[in-house]
Amino acid sequence: MTAGGNLVEVENLVKHFPIRKGFFSSRVTGYVQAVDDISFAVARGETLGLVGESGCGKSTTGRLLIRLLDPTSGRIMLNGADLAHIPPEELRARRRDVQIIFQDPFSSLNPRKTVEGIVAEPLVVHGIGTRAERQARVAELLKLVGLAPDHARRYPHEFSGGQRQRIGIARALALNPKFIVCDEPVSALDVSIQAQIINLMRDLQKELGLTYLFISHNLAVVRHIADRVAVMYLGKIVELTDKNALYESPKHPYTQALLSAILIANPERKRQRVVLTGDVPSPMAPPKGCRFNTRCPLAEPRCREIEPPLIDVGSGHKVACHLVTR
Amino acid sequence: MRHRLFVSGLALFALMVVMAIFADFLATHSPVQVRARFRFRPPSLDNFFGTDNFGRDIYTRVVYGARLSISIGFAVVLLTAIAGTTIGLISGYFRRLDNLVMRVMDALMAFPTIILALALAAALGPSAFNIVVALSAVYTPRVARVVRASVLVVREADYVHAAHAVGASNLRIMLEHILPNSMAPLVVQLTFVFAYAVIAEAVLSFLGVGPPPPTPSWGSIIAEGKDYIREAAWITLFPGIAIAMTVLGLNLLGDGLRDVLDPRMNVESR
Repeated sequence: MTAGGNLVEVENLVKHFPIRKGFFSSRVTGYVQAVDDISFAVARGETLGLVGESGCGKSTTGRLLIRLLDPTSGRIMLNGADLAHIPPEELRARRRDVQIIFQDPFSSLNPRKTVEGIVAEPLVVHGIGTRAERQARVAELLKLVGLAPDHARRYPHEFSGGQRQRIGIARALALNPKFIVCDEPVSALDVSIQAQIINLMRDLQKELGLTYLFISHNLAVVRHIADRVAVMYLGKIVELTDKNALYESPKHPYTQALLSAILIANPERKRQRVVLTGDVPSPMAPPKGCRFNTRCPLAEPRCREIEPPLIDVGSGHKVACHLVTR
Repeated sequence: MRHRLFVSGLALFALMVVMAIFADFLATHSPVQVRARFRFRPPSLDNFFGTDNFGRDIYTRVVYGARLSISIGFAVVLLTAIAGTTIGLISGYFRRLDNLVMRVMDALMAFPTIILALALAAALGPSAFNIVVALSAVYTPRVARVVRASVLVVREADYVHAAHAVGASNLRIMLEHILPNSMAPLVVQLTFVFAYAVIAEAVLSFLGVGPPPPTPSWGSIIAEGKDYIREAAWITLFPGIAIAMTVLGLNLLGDGLRDVLDPRMNVESR
């Protein structure tokens, strides 16, 4: 990928949400293990896709990376600073480097603010520029995302879903961030609009040298935009590799099942469907051993006892499965 | 139909406000001057609503009573809005304080409203200002609850997360993002608080802890007239109607506002 090393390095990141019971004691009766000890790196200028089904912890991971949530433990290295362990004042300054694009373009824009107020807010918060300079910057940003500068005076409800998503992107770009977490940025849009937004994001990446963490449950979209892909299951990364390697020769049984569920617009093509049975186990009580063992068609006795580590099986293809790494 | 109810509510309330503001011009007599010769006059062209046991013109006293009731209502609304919004905003936003603050509010709400207001007004002494203080203390928890409830919803909106992500301060997030989007239920609640305050002021005045006589208050006019209700029903009837109309107007107004401000209803009417 693009030279220049890693922009983001995540090490042993853990997020457990405590479950409290009781009125006076508020004692902790358990934990939702949303993200459980994951490590990965994102190279400068690349797009790392993060896929998985609902509740697997992919959104939580994204929110941890931009510190909307406080990690339970682990490190989030960005440009040499550990976002997980820096004083609040420094974190505030560092927030300029990391931004987020949300899934729902209707909930992500304050309905009582004008587009200008929304896009300029990051500048106001960080005390950048005079009023006139900020106005100029907003116009510039709106043009960059394909809107007209005179849209600045309007309110969010006057825009369509795709246009609103563009406003959200303009806001995320306002501070010239290096790293953007895209949390299902096109899932709420019409299919015809999805491609426009994806292409806009790719163009912006090239133009501004952005690095993306692209969270999605849509494997086709991820294939289109990502350079590498990480697959999550129940708070763990089970496979992490190059896009082509993942889509051509998935190694983990879960990845294989996921990919076999993609619809292919070719009735001639033979498909081997791997159908998973049962539900995802509760993240409050994940199964012992490999987390996938309850639904894995290939599970062996050791899968129920020993948790498989994420191991490089050659050319950066990482898999967490006993059957692959034997 | 809804629309018509809202407009009539607005008209009734506006009528009361006009009476309150222009009481000096609308009054036909002095509200306090005793005129023994004119005691117990039934309604006539000279005394529209009749006269009381001191010969005072009931119409004039009702008009001045509107001034008192409406001012007390506005003052209570203003105070409860400020106190309730502050408490609700803080309680809903800083979840650590929530349990403590809301249990205190619950304790206040557990008291029967009128009894608590009566106790407070009695302790503070009879004056319009103390009534405002007592009623504000009593109705603040209701407003705080309503504000807190909508803050809890709004604080989870993505635009609030986005503001956190750019490093906005808590104060900025509360004032710029959460408060403006939590206002609709507050506005509705405040019209009801206004109505409750008008009734409560009348009740407290009726019970004798309101502004001391001869200040004309709807509650005290009724209290003075109740001994003569068989012979001179007009003394109690007209201030009673005034109270009923004010409260009805405010309730219609509140219901109408709720419909207007509810975005789900808005979709149809657009």
